[in-house]
Amino acid sequence: MASEASINCSIVVESKSSAVVDVCKQILSKLEEYNFDKDDIFAVHLTLEEAFLNAVKHGNKMDPTKKVKIDYTVDSEKVEISITDEGSGFEPDAVVDPRFGAGLYEPGGRGLLLMNSYMDTVKYNEQGNSVFMVRYKEKPHLMEDESPPTISPQADSCQPNQ
Amino acid sequence: MAAIRPRISVKYAGNATVVSFTDEKILEEKDINELQESLMSVIESSSSKISLILDFGNVRFLSSAVLGLLIRVSKRIYEQEGQLRLCNINPRIYEIFKITRLTKTFDIYTDVESAAEGVSHAE
Repeated sequence: MASEASINCSIVVESKSSAVVDVCKQILSKLEEYNFDKDDIFAVHLTLEEAFLNAVKHGNKMDPTKKVKIDYTVDSEKVEISITDEGSGFEPDAVVDPRFGAGLYEPGGRGLLLMNSYMDTVKYNEQGNSVFMVRYKEKPHLMEDESPPTISPQADSCQPNQ
Repeated sequence: MAAIRPRISVKYAGNATVVSFTDEKILEEKDINELQESLMSVIESSSSKISLILDFGNVRFLSSAVLGLLIRVSKRIYEQEGQLRLCNINPRIYEIFKITRLTKTFDIYTDVESAAEGVSHAE
């Protein structure tokens, strides 16, 4: 069982799709420490894959000189994750719903739908280059409004909170 | 020496060609591209309209990129007037198909045996 009440981490990685492997390893191991169940771990894993690939492909446009920043907090009740790219951002409401019409037969466009389905909160900053997501162990009856956290300027740091 | 990892295995059940994914996780772009090449090669090498069953029995995790691969494969098969059936999908992965409504697009069966039933004869 995890000894700290919560842990906050901030990591910056190269903007390449393979970098998601280590990001997942790090975050999912924290979820195991905090006794998240297999469904939670599956959901967060899938979400990380989708959000990170969006950041690399659509945000940073596969530019290898750019970075992706991941901030996360894990405690006994929830995991919060922010993924920020260096792109110009996008308008989430403009993305076509892939469940209907021609979208159903398109090869792409399902990543956002899966993120929205597997996380309890998914919010974007005004610019559209940073997504903030939360998954609770136990689902709250009433979702309170949550503001995206301030991104720490310090990279590659992990701090347990007592 | 580079490791050779077969991504699929191919067998036959009645009139159907059964392709099983051998990896537990299908995630990386490189792996997905390799898979697509292998599947397209199976489809192209069929001398007639293919009846393809994709067996997900080993698969425990996949991302939306794999769903895109399945859409591309299905389009190629339907262009050739073939048939595509999916089977042995783990409940967590089936949930992904449900969320994306791909359960409406693909014919999904419990196992290879039920998927192979009633498959059209190749012409």
